[in-house]
Amino acid sequence: MPPSWNILDFEKPIAELDEQIAEIKRLTAESGEDRTEDILALETDRDRLIEQIFANLSAWDKTLLARHPKRPYTLDYVRTIFDDYTELHGDRLFADDPAMVGGIATLDHRQVMFVGQQKGRDIKERGYRNFGSAKPEGYRKALRLMKLAEKFHRPVICFVDTPAADVNVGAEQRGISGAIARNMMEMATLKTPVVVVVIGEGGSGGAIGIALGDRVLMLEHSIYAVIPPEGFAAIVWKDAARGKDGAEVMKVTSEGGRELGLVDEVVKEPLGGAHRNMDLAARNLKAALVKHIDELLEVPIPELLDTRYKKFRGMGAYSEKMI
Amino acid sequence: MTPAPWFGRRAKAARKTARQSVDALPDGLWTKCPQCSEILFNKELLKNMRVCNKCGYHYILGAAERIESIVDDGAFEEMDANLATVNVLEFDEYEPKLAKWRAKTGMEEAIITGVGEIDGRSVVLGVLDFHFWAGTMGGVVGERVVRAMEFAIQNDMPVIMFIASGGIRVTEGLPGLMQMAKTSAACAKLHEAGIPYIVVLTDNSLAGVLASYGSLGDFTISEPGLLTGLTADRVAKQAQVVNVPDNFRRAEFALQNGHIDRIVPRKDLKPTLIKLLAFCREQEDNEDAA
Repeated sequence: MPPSWNILDFEKPIAELDEQIAEIKRLTAESGEDRTEDILALETDRDRLIEQIFANLSAWDKTLLARHPKRPYTLDYVRTIFDDYTELHGDRLFADDPAMVGGIATLDHRQVMFVGQQKGRDIKERGYRNFGSAKPEGYRKALRLMKLAEKFHRPVICFVDTPAADVNVGAEQRGISGAIARNMMEMATLKTPVVVVVIGEGGSGGAIGIALGDRVLMLEHSIYAVIPPEGFAAIVWKDAARGKDGAEVMKVTSEGGRELGLVDEVVKEPLGGAHRNMDLAARNLKAALVKHIDELLEVPIPELLDTRYKKFRGMGAYSEKMI
Repeated sequence: MTPAPWFGRRAKAARKTARQSVDALPDGLWTKCPQCSEILFNKELLKNMRVCNKCGYHYILGAAERIESIVDDGAFEEMDANLATVNVLEFDEYEPKLAKWRAKTGMEEAIITGVGEIDGRSVVLGVLDFHFWAGTMGGVVGERVVRAMEFAIQNDMPVIMFIASGGIRVTEGLPGLMQMAKTSAACAKLHEAGIPYIVVLTDNSLAGVLASYGSLGDFTISEPGLLTGLTADRVAKQAQVVNVPDNFRRAEFALQNGHIDRIVPRKDLKPTLIKLLAFCREQEDNEDAA
């Protein structure tokens, strides 16, 4: 396998420096020579380079980062963030959907319900996880778990990472549209705190089907959009190759989400993206989750629901003309 | 002169020319049915509520025509007409597109909401118009739907929503997507308040509108033959959907798989709505009647 298959174009200079540093480390380890200063200097150079590159990323670069093959997926975060996680399966109606995972978890001392979309790392797992595209049974499983959380007064944490919902024949047969709609309706009145985090790709209806919460967070290099940039380009310009422009127009980035007033907090990622330092990325995310959950647990349920309704009630743009 | 060919490429070309000459008939007199190619006299077609009298193909109805076909003698009062579209992404191609659809349809936005009378009973109606920007839902559509539902709760009236939409208006970006959450949340309020909510699917009922308030009715009825599903054809093709059954994403497919209550031909739509509304009538009304 060529070494560059999972390195993005704009990451190449960084990867070259990484390689040099690794090479020097290997050589010094062999010869016993002390070149700590050289290494440090190179590392400083590399970090400066990363900062430079990342300061100028376009919305399309961010899209590629959000889909980065090395990017941490839902269960990678789950393993680090929660002290304990017991997965629960099935929608009790049709099947278990491996593209949507969920279960009970402990966030320090707090018992929480967790649900999220899961992508696959290698070819085999990608097939198994259906590329993170959940089917109706996935959305119904998520809802079943959220209703359990409501019953036992536990907060819900949702991780969004999906290109889109599954649209194959089976998904349509089993009512994918209805499943997504139902989830949103139920989540709007779920009597327990809900925190949503877009950790990678927030793809359209597939995302919003588990993304109606009291707080909506985005990881710094995640994207959230009504349609993939390529799809936008195909509809608007009849040219799917113009995804780059589509990403720009739709403001798919976390800054875009903030600017549009639809995202409550952007969670910082380590320098160079979450995949360069998984542990730090998870620690940042955990701190944000703890903060928001603890704040929300203080709020009486009627007030919580009222605020949640008003939050989504107020989304979207229109003006009122005088007649 | 060589005789006109019956077979082969040239024959195909000749048939095409013949078809085009039909298309080129003077506007406003004749229409050709896209399903069975029957040439229909426009006056007849209108009398038949834009349904082909040969094969039963249901033409897409505009919002105004739809309202006229449902309410008693034009008894309809529009609400929230003052809500105006905003170019939320500040996308420079948005305004020209909007202007184009406005010029084409004479409408300001893709939905008309208001209160109409059906069989003497006041009902809140929301009618999407597929001719306006494929009935796509953006900020104005979402807000009008939610306000209509809130009005229904305040005034204890049933709600009927007619769906005719390609989905979310993608040029409104993430705020557009949030209309799904917003309208679904409003449906939760509607159900909490015990308000009857009927969804009527018409051609096309797709994507984000179907996957939000279009799927949350107490009753869901559908016109025959229409297209309904989470994806439009173009997107499904891109996603390489395989092993597709013949009636995939048609009304009949939705009925067969249990997503809708009934398929109702256009001429039976109003009587069916009246029956459903009668079922939902408050208890005291029944006592009055008894």
